[in-house]
Amino acid sequence: MAEWLFFGFLQRALAAGILAACLCGVLGFFVVLRRLAFIGVGISHAALGGVALGVLLGVEPLAAAAAFAAFAAWSIGRIGRIGRLHEDTAIGVVFSAAMALGVLLLSVSLEFQSDLLSYLFGNILAVTQTDLWLLGAMGLLVLVAVALLFKELLFVAFDEEVAEASGLPVRLLHHFLLTALALTVVVAMRVIGLILVEALLVIPAAAAFQLARRYPAMLVLSVVLAIVGTVGGLVGSYQWNVPAGASIVLVLAALFALALVAGRLRTQLGRIDASPLPPAN
Amino acid sequence: MTAGGAPVVETRGLEVRLNGRRVLWDIDLSIPAGCFVGIIGPNGAGKTTLLRVLLGLVPATAGEVRVFGLAPVEARKRGWRIGYVPQRPVFDPYFPVCVWDVVMMGRTPQIGWLRWPGKHDRERVAQAIELVGMKNRQGRRLAELSGGEQQRVFLARALASEAKLLLLDEATTGLDLPAQHELYALLQKLRQELALTVIAVSHDLLELAAHAEELVCINGTTHIHGNPQVVLHSHELREAYRCEFDFLYADRAALDTAPGGD
Repeated sequence: MAEWLFFGFLQRALAAGILAACLCGVLGFFVVLRRLAFIGVGISHAALGGVALGVLLGVEPLAAAAAFAAFAAWSIGRIGRIGRLHEDTAIGVVFSAAMALGVLLLSVSLEFQSDLLSYLFGNILAVTQTDLWLLGAMGLLVLVAVALLFKELLFVAFDEEVAEASGLPVRLLHHFLLTALALTVVVAMRVIGLILVEALLVIPAAAAFQLARRYPAMLVLSVVLAIVGTVGGLVGSYQWNVPAGASIVLVLAALFALALVAGRLRTQLGRIDASPLPPAN
Repeated sequence: MTAGGAPVVETRGLEVRLNGRRVLWDIDLSIPAGCFVGIIGPNGAGKTTLLRVLLGLVPATAGEVRVFGLAPVEARKRGWRIGYVPQRPVFDPYFPVCVWDVVMMGRTPQIGWLRWPGKHDRERVAQAIELVGMKNRQGRRLAELSGGEQQRVFLARALASEAKLLLLDEATTGLDLPAQHELYALLQKLRQELALTVIAVSHDLLELAAHAEELVCINGTTHIHGNPQVVLHSHELREAYRCEFDFLYADRAALDTAPGGD
């Protein structure tokens, strides 16, 4: 019986990890190419405010976190315009406020305090069957939507001005991307926690960027590296009894370092037939 | 095609306000099909805003704008494609796309939502790349191309949409003189082969004067509209720029005889 339980939670942890990795690999592609890394940090912090609101209002915390994070992300552009601020400043204001709200509300609801750490740092080994269904549904929704809008999202990421001139609703597409990002953050929150979710969003895609010449390869590599990092990190975590989140991030960072070296090497070699890249120093 | 030589672009009393500030007023333009028109004017004259009005991105606050006889947004919805080549450099040269991918992006509106490119789209892309002479470099990334080649790729992207009207915003900024001449020569060739109407915006009077059939000088409002020789020698031009241009005439004579000018 104990053996079976053991197997079950490990299976669920692995499934949740791979799911989060797929999502983060895909969304990370756009995060890196559209320079949304800071928004990603912001969204993950805001998700904590959503969790707290969900707990207090008796709504499913994951759903509340997704909705609140998406709302916070949408409000960034508006606040920036009203206050004539750059986007990064607006992000700094909105998301620190949202996170503070989360901490405050969670401190009021006493029974919840122990869970605070699991949201911040993830608790992949505690993923339940229900969690898995919910995460799976959210993940599938995001992946299908991104696949359907991929060519438009790519165009906007490459050249927003001309995409707009071609009649694409750039602002709507941007809001869609922010919403998908919020859902992704919430899915990944269960696996590696809000503090480290950014790593899964940025590092695999950044590593893929070093290796790939064209976007299809970058997208595939981003997903593969995210999965390798997540599974590798989970195995390491189980093997040496260290926190899963931190273990995953360190494996990802090591993969990035390798990709960086490989990318530079290829550039050096490639310079023989085409030398358009600026010198290293 | 526009019937009976009706103007491709027509504005009457066009006025545009941005954030309450009047940027353009009393703009009267009539640009016939197949014409190469240069729009010149000092910095902040509203040249880019005028292009954005034609693209349907900025609404007119007063007056009338017609593109292919329709309101700009309507024209776009009816499938009248307007190719747009923006000011460089607005892109990331290390973005993981090759020439082919960039040109294919130009077909996004034709491909339509929730669809992937088909055989027809691929043919159009190949044709556009061929037209700008980039066929042997279609697998290259933008970072691997010169500035002039990059602009040709963006021209191909505009052509891939089967545009009949090309709008170029300071398309030669940052290019050296030979590359500028090459780009304008290519535009001339394409205009004839594809029966395009071309509207190019630049603050570089002489370069544009050497290639455009007509010049429009604006500074908030239309100052003068006519053939380059007339415009260059007019007092309206000096009025628009608020300075004297005597030094230009000698250059102008030199440009007239330079290769690439016609």
